[in-house]
Amino acid sequence: MAKIVVACSLMAIYLLYSFFVYTKGTENLIHLAAEEQVRVNKGKALFQQHNCIACHQLYGLGGYLGSELTTAYSDPQRGELWIRTFLQAGGERMPDFHFNAAEIDALISYLKYVDSTATTYKHQ
Amino acid sequence: MALHLSISQSPVAHKAVKALLLLAITYLLFGLLLGVIGGFQYILPPFLKEQLAFHKTRPLHVYLVIAWLFTAAQAGIYYYLPTAIRPLFWPQGVWLHFILQAAVSVLIITCFFMGYFGGREYLEFPPWLGIFVLLPWVPFAVNFFFTLKPDYKNAPVYVWSWSTGIIFFFITLSESYLWLFSSFGNNIIRDVTIQWKALGSMVGSWNMLIYGTGMYIMEKMSGDSKACRSPLAFFFYFLGLTNLLFNWGHHTYIVPAAPWIKTVAYIISMTELLILAHIILQWRKTMTRARKTYHSIPYRLLSFADAWILLNLTLAIAISVPAWNFYTHGTHITVAHAMGSTIGINTMLLLASVFYIIRKENPGLLEKKKKISGYGILITNISLLVFWISLLGSGMERISGKLNNEVFYTIMKKSRSWFNLFAYSGIVVLLGLVILLAVAISVIRSKPGIPDVSDMYHGAN
Repeated sequence: MAKIVVACSLMAIYLLYSFFVYTKGTENLIHLAAEEQVRVNKGKALFQQHNCIACHQLYGLGGYLGSELTTAYSDPQRGELWIRTFLQAGGERMPDFHFNAAEIDALISYLKYVDSTATTYKHQ
Repeated sequence: MALHLSISQSPVAHKAVKALLLLAITYLLFGLLLGVIGGFQYILPPFLKEQLAFHKTRPLHVYLVIAWLFTAAQAGIYYYLPTAIRPLFWPQGVWLHFILQAAVSVLIITCFFMGYFGGREYLEFPPWLGIFVLLPWVPFAVNFFFTLKPDYKNAPVYVWSWSTGIIFFFITLSESYLWLFSSFGNNIIRDVTIQWKALGSMVGSWNMLIYGTGMYIMEKMSGDSKACRSPLAFFFYFLGLTNLLFNWGHHTYIVPAAPWIKTVAYIISMTELLILAHIILQWRKTMTRARKTYHSIPYRLLSFADAWILLNLTLAIAISVPAWNFYTHGTHITVAHAMGSTIGINTMLLLASVFYIIRKENPGLLEKKKKISGYGILITNISLLVFWISLLGSGMERISGKLNNEVFYTIMKKSRSWFNLFAYSGIVVLLGLVILLAVAISVIRSKPGIPDVSDMYHGAN
């Protein structure tokens, strides 16, 4: 009986904790204008459709063949131009995905948004 | 009491279980092959860049290896339930499971080859396929719960472990698709936090299936049915369950979520020290057992899994310390942890299960192939150790590069010798496992021998 009580208690704590994680402590602190939100959403969709996560990481999620992209936008060694160059032509390992200008802008908007949230990276 | 396996297991289910085992082995073979191709794409950048670039090889490798883990565990559970408990509730359900599983895999693999992605870590197939991934689990869950009709007051710990694995696969896979709702998907912090939460616990769910299987065969081989009902076994089960539920947060130290999420994760992660201490205290006993039972292939595989648990748990605890995690996260040190867990622990435990099953089915034929199987185990584990060290080395190189503010290209260039080591040792890991899997396939596909029924119904509940 004790085992069932322990299991049920853990499950109850898990459900409560999940509810907290879904609603508190992960609030959206960056509020984008509607037009920018549309562009960011398009960039995110493109990022996922081309499976960029297989080679690049965002907040530690993803592969290691390509560089970490969480703060690529504000990184003095990389920045918007660096991102744009790779998106336009690919690289030594990165295939050329033949993005058009609007798609490149959307992807850059997405990476700019991700970068703007990365306070933990910039403070350390 | 039954005298033959095919009496306790209906012939329909028996054939389906063999088919599932062969499907699982096929997943592993192709998963390893794609892993080797991916490894070579590190050292030869143009290698298959246009035909099968890394953004295709990695998801194929990841999907196939994960599919090996849960399919081999499920096949084992289907095999063990009628042996330990009673005939399967729904024998035809095993075929339905096999057909659904194979069909979903064909769909997913086709999508990857065609470049049709969902672009989420681990679940890189299009989101609509997520529901299809769950479908094969339905006949499995029906068979498990209706055959077992678990009496949790008296059930051994592996029944708890299996039940947890099944329930949490449904929960965590569903949770991993919360991003489809805008309040989750449009907020990167919540999206990434919940992605780590769902995936961390999902890994825990299939680990529960696999560890349950390991405990089951250990009980059957040792003949000691008390160990899996002891308070100590349940203490470690609940500790494992607590980690499954809450320790995912150590992946999110770098995510700007609230500090309490990280504090909870840190405290829970450190409870793994108790498991580590237990393993170290038990080590001498484990070594004695390993020496005594070295003749048995399943025992030998279990002993190597024990060694990998020690190595990997030490690494896991080290990288859960926030100050170290800041540097190790996003480097190949995390991959070393993943590979040590997937191949060193999980694959060794599952191969122990596969060899336990084939030994029961045709002990005579396996006996003839014991020597070559032994070589396969040794080659796999020695090369895996080299592979694991090369990943750690590559991770250290990246940390050093980051500390020296080097650009990505320079870090990759400096890591080249480590990449060479992991690409070539990866081939040897593949070779070692191919030897073992070839033995397993030949025994599974052979004509039935005289089965070993020595431990049937031992410890039935």
